[in-house]
Amino acid sequence: MHLNSGYRAEADELGARFMRVFDGHDVIVSPSSSCVGTMRELHPDLHGRLFEFSELLVQRLGVTDVGAHFPERVVYHPTCHSLRVTAVGEAPLALLRAVDGLELLELDEASECCGFGGTFAIKNSDTSSVMVADKCAAIVASGASVVTALDSSCLLQIGGRLSREDAGVRTMHLAEILAQTAAGADAG
Amino acid sequence: MSTALPPFPPAAHEALGDAQLRANLHRATHTIRDKRSRVVAEVADWEELRDAGRAIKTDVLAHLDTYLTAFERAVSDAGGHVHWAADAAEANRHVLEVARAHGVSELVKVKSLTTDEIGLNAALEAGGVHAVETDLAELILQLDGDWSSHILVPAIHRNRTEIRDLFARTIASPSLSEDPRELAEASRVYLREKFLHAQMAVSGANFGVAETGTVCVVESEGNGRMCTTLPPVLVTILGIEKLVPTFADLEVFLQLLPRSSTGERMNPYTSLWTGVTPGDGPAEFHVILLDAGRTRVLADEVGRQALHCIRCSACLNVCPVYSRTGGHAYGSIYPGPIGAILTPQLHGIEHAPTLPFASSLCGACYEVCPVKINIPEVLLHLRAKAVQAGGDPGEASAMKGARWLFGGRRRFAAAERFGRIAQRPLVRSGMLRRLPGPLGAWTRTRDMRPLASESFREWWRRRQ
Repeated sequence: MHLNSGYRAEADELGARFMRVFDGHDVIVSPSSSCVGTMRELHPDLHGRLFEFSELLVQRLGVTDVGAHFPERVVYHPTCHSLRVTAVGEAPLALLRAVDGLELLELDEASECCGFGGTFAIKNSDTSSVMVADKCAAIVASGASVVTALDSSCLLQIGGRLSREDAGVRTMHLAEILAQTAAGADAG
Repeated sequence: MSTALPPFPPAAHEALGDAQLRANLHRATHTIRDKRSRVVAEVADWEELRDAGRAIKTDVLAHLDTYLTAFERAVSDAGGHVHWAADAAEANRHVLEVARAHGVSELVKVKSLTTDEIGLNAALEAGGVHAVETDLAELILQLDGDWSSHILVPAIHRNRTEIRDLFARTIASPSLSEDPRELAEASRVYLREKFLHAQMAVSGANFGVAETGTVCVVESEGNGRMCTTLPPVLVTILGIEKLVPTFADLEVFLQLLPRSSTGERMNPYTSLWTGVTPGDGPAEFHVILLDAGRTRVLADEVGRQALHCIRCSACLNVCPVYSRTGGHAYGSIYPGPIGAILTPQLHGIEHAPTLPFASSLCGACYEVCPVKINIPEVLLHLRAKAVQAGGDPGEASAMKGARWLFGGRRRFAAAERFGRIAQRPLVRSGMLRRLPGPLGAWTRTRDMRPLASESFREWWRRRQ
C-alpha cells in the first residue's frame, strides 16, 4: 500500500520489519501474489524462500490434488500481479482442475485488470469502477457461481461490485476452495 | 513548458461519461491489440529483439553527447543545416525563420508528435504561417479544432459518421457518404492540391542515425513521403533521444515498431534521407535538435528509460485505463502509460502530479513495450516524487498511521478487534454499503466486505 502510493520510506521500513520477523525461517508462504511479488522485488534474496500459496503447493511441494471437493461452476481471474509480477504460471489452474466436482469455466478477456490497484481504487474511483464493472460482466457471462483468484485485494474489488449488482456470484480465494471437502468446509 | 496540466481524475470522469467515446475506443484499441498479438507471436526471437532495442537505447542515452555531435557533423557533411533548440520556443523560432527566409505563408506537415509537443502550429500561425496537417487523422483533428488522443491514431476517439459530417462541412460536398473509400478520396483530393503547391514541409522523425546523419520517418499513408520529397525546403524536428548509433541498428527498430504499433509486419512507407541530393527531393534541408526537458529526464537514473520510447503506442492499446478514458484525460500529447511517465518528467512533476497515479499498475504496458521500458517501476518512482513534492497532507498522516499500525503485531490485532466493533452499525446484509471520508469513493459503486469475525491468526491459534 505504501509503495503503491508513493510512500517509499514507510514501505522500506515495513519491508525491513518483514525480513526481521521471518528471519530464520526456511520457507515463507503468503496467500497474496501481489505482496509476494512486491517483497521479492524489494528483497531479491527472498527468491526461492518466499512463495505465493499456489506456487508453494505445486512448485515447491509438488502437490496438485489436495483432496478437495467443490461441486460448483468456477471461473478463475488471473490477477495482474500473479500473472506479470509473481508469475505463478499454471499452478492455480492445476490445483483447480484437480478439485473433485469443480467445473472450471473460461473467462473472457481474463488478463484484463479488475481495476483495484491499491489506492487507485479510491484516487481514480471512476475509472476503477468502470474497469470492475466490465470484469464483473465477463464473470457473469461465464456462467460461474464462484469467482476465484490469488489476491484478496482484487477479490474485495470484484466481490464488492458483484454484491452491489446483486449478481449472484460469490468470490472465494483459491485457498478457501481447496479447503472444501466432501464433508463441508474444512474451516476448523 | 511550465503550466500545470488539468488533474486526471475529473478529466477521466468526464470522458467515462461519454458512451460513444467509450464504444469507439473499445473497438479500436481491441482491434489493434489483437493484430499486435498475432504478428508478434510470429517472430521467434521477439524477446531478443526487445532486449536489443533496450540495449541500443541504453547505449545511446549513456553516450548521447557523442552521438549528437556525430549526427550534427554527418548532416552538415551531407549538405544539411543543424540547429539546436533548448526549448519549444527556440525550436518554433527556428522553423519560423526558415519559413520567413523563403517567404512561405503555408507549409505542409508530416504527422509528428514532437511538433504537437512544442505547439508548432499555433506558433507558426501567430507568425503568419499556416501549417496544413497531411496525415489523415491529423487533418481530421485540425479541420475540427480538436486534438490528438492517441500517439499513432490521433482520431481514435472519432468514428466514421462524425468524420463524414466534418468533411461534408469543410472540404467535401454535403452529399459525401460514409464509405471509407469516399472519405479517403475526399481527403486525397484536398491534400494533393496542398502537396503540389507547398514550398516548404515540416516533419518529425522516428529515428536519426548518428553514423550517417540519415533521418527516418515511418508511416502508413504515403502523405509523409509527399511532404519529404515534393517541397523544395524541408525542416525536421528531432527529439535528441531519437538517435540510433548506426544504420544497421535500424534493423532492430524497423522490426519492433510496425508490429508493436499498427500490428503490421512492415509499415507501407519507410522514408530515409541524408542531407540533400541535387535533383532529388528538397534542395534545402534543416534539422532541429530538440531538448525541451529531455536532458532533465536523462539526469534521473530510474526515469530516463522513458526516453527509450519509440512512440509505438502498444502501451496505450493494452492499457485498461487508456482504453476506457481515452487520451484527452491525460491532458498531454503523450497519453496512456507512456504519457503518465513522460509528461510529468518533461513538464516537471509539480505540473502533472496526478498522472503517475492514473494507473492500476497492472503491468500490461511493460509486457508489450518493444524496448522494455519498465513503466510500473517509473510510475512508482514518480509517485514517490509527487508525494515528496507535497502531496495530500491528510493522506500522508493516514499513511504514517497505517505504517505504525502495520509495524506491531499487538496493535494490529487490537485495531482489528476495534474495527469489528466500529463497523457494526454500517453492515447491511453482510456488507458495508457506505463508508465515511475518502473511502466513500469506494462505496459509491461497490460494497465492501466487512472485517472477518475471526482473523487467520486467531483461527490458527484455536486449531493448535
